Amino acid sequence: MNYRIRYLGYLAPAIIALTAGGQVFADPGAEMMANTCAGCHGTHGKSAGPASPNLAGLSESYFTETMLGFREGTRPATIMDRIAKGYTNEQIESMATYFAALPVYKANVPHDVAKAKAGAEIYESGCAKCHDEGGSLPGDDAGILAGQWLPWLQYSMADYKAGHREMTKKMKKAVEKLSDTELEAVLHYFASQQ
Amino acid sequence: MAHITRRRFLQATGSAVAVGALGFPAIVGAAGKKVVVVGGGAGGATAAKYIRMADPSIEVTLIEANAEHFTCFFSNEVLSGHRGMDSIKVSYDGLKGHGINVVIDTVTEIDAAGRKVKTAGGSTFAYDRCIVAPGIDFKDNIEGYDEAAMRAMPHAWKAGEQTVLLRKQLEAMPDGGVVAIVAPPNPFRCPPGPYERACQIAMYLRARKPKSKLMIFDAKDKFSKQGLFMQAFERHHAGIVEWVAAGKGGLVTRVDPSSNTIYAGNTAHKVDVANVIPAQKAGKIAVKAGLTDDKGWCPIDGRTFESAIHKNIHVVGDASAASPLPKSAYAANSEAKVAAAAVVDLLNGRQPGEPSLVNTCYSIIGPNDAISVAKVYHLDGGKLSGVEGSGGLTPKDSSPEMRAREVAYANSWFANIKDDCWG
Repeated sequence: MNYRIRYLGYLAPAIIALTAGGQVFADPGAEMMANTCAGCHGTHGKSAGPASPNLAGLSESYFTETMLGFREGTRPATIMDRIAKGYTNEQIESMATYFAALPVYKANVPHDVAKAKAGAEIYESGCAKCHDEGGSLPGDDAGILAGQWLPWLQYSMADYKAGHREMTKKMKKAVEKLSDTELEAVLHYFASQQ
Repeated sequence: MAHITRRRFLQATGSAVAVGALGFPAIVGAAGKKVVVVGGGAGGATAAKYIRMADPSIEVTLIEANAEHFTCFFSNEVLSGHRGMDSIKVSYDGLKGHGINVVIDTVTEIDAAGRKVKTAGGSTFAYDRCIVAPGIDFKDNIEGYDEAAMRAMPHAWKAGEQTVLLRKQLEAMPDGGVVAIVAPPNPFRCPPGPYERACQIAMYLRARKPKSKLMIFDAKDKFSKQGLFMQAFERHHAGIVEWVAAGKGGLVTRVDPSSNTIYAGNTAHKVDVANVIPAQKAGKIAVKAGLTDDKGWCPIDGRTFESAIHKNIHVVGDASAASPLPKSAYAANSEAKVAAAAVVDLLNGRQPGEPSLVNTCYSIIGPNDAISVAKVYHLDGGKLSGVEGSGGLTPKDSSPEMRAREVAYANSWFANIKDDCWG
């Protein structure tokens, strides 16, 4: 299924209702919800690694699509499938807005310099069209790959290769041309973009 | 942050509606707002930091007895030798960087009526709101387990010298020895902790003292992540780890530290290393301040974590009675953020918004094998409760590849939660 829907400029309506008992009910605020992510993804979505991805600066559509994928089981997960089930669409969109408003964070990720150099050339010819500027543009809606933690990049690619996660046609075509060594080099390149 | 977040927007509209409709009393956000945080563990540190991040005009003083803190989480990896004490040590420099006044002293009195905190060092700190996060203290459920016994049979349930003591005993034990873990009754800090500890120590024994045994004497008949742990005992620690349920002779009622003997039911077990973890209650100062109920924990309002007993005091972390949230560091961190947001709102004349909480807890149970439990929590009918359908355990049949990823994510949990609490 394709969950890619544009949420840009969309602010989930604040639902505030008074019950008979006089209690005020509302969705938790975006920051309140987003702060619960920090224990694994870092304060303000800036991960200290070694594997959990940075969330700061992810585009609204990418964040929303990812969380819905976790929730619906279309995206492989260790724990995020279980956590995503705790949120409504509106709550996910609200967190998406919060993280999208933060500046993109690129972590100081350990990587192999030679592999990153080899990966740079492969990136230019095979990946740059959709993952522009070293994979650092939220506007690509393709996730932030620059300065992401290497194990997470590797898990993501392994899931794609194993068919556990659906690739776009363009990506499939690009990935099929590359050997495992070349793909690994590209991942080191993304990790090196700090 | 400079931008107006949706939360701020909600708070603004929410409090406007509330004031209009309910006549919620406006609290004047006077200058010189003061918060005192008692305890610098995961809960206290997070609360102090998040108050300062949300409103730097609030003066925050954190009072903690120890100049450096050792995290309980991941201290089981010190017992197995997989990491050193330095890696679980955190300093308070990070909090100082947020403009928090860190005072190393012991709180001796919380005067709820006078809004004052007094210390052993003779200082008095006035507050508008106080956050109490003292962690746990032990109950006397095991005869003979006194202060002296704690040195002979370490609990290692507060990390630091107790962790070092237990590690040294494990190192000194001969191959073929017996290690006993005495697991406490519910509720207690870190529900999967005793069983993760068994796995960690078993990894050490397998590598260095393979003829040894590890017995878990339990005060319970079932425990956290039980199916997954039993699978790990079978898969990784067969022939070493044995779990004895309360109903099968596991309930320990007495110990004799002079002969390293534990008494479970009618049977005496003489062991080489005894790790005795007693039943628990809220930390001493919470009891002294009259914040606890008859079960020994601090009842709170789930929206603000304000004490149900004393106004203007919020209790977070293991000491709070925040069930169904477990007594874990992640829960303490999450509760502290709810309390911090509520304190900032209340000190600025706003009504606290809806809380949202998460618990995420990893256990590293074997080589390249970790499991987790998670849950999202919210307020339902005024009570904290798990969001239906959220959370749960690592599947029993998850692949070795996914288990290995959970180890990497467990390490990420450790790095990030340390940073989020104290960084």
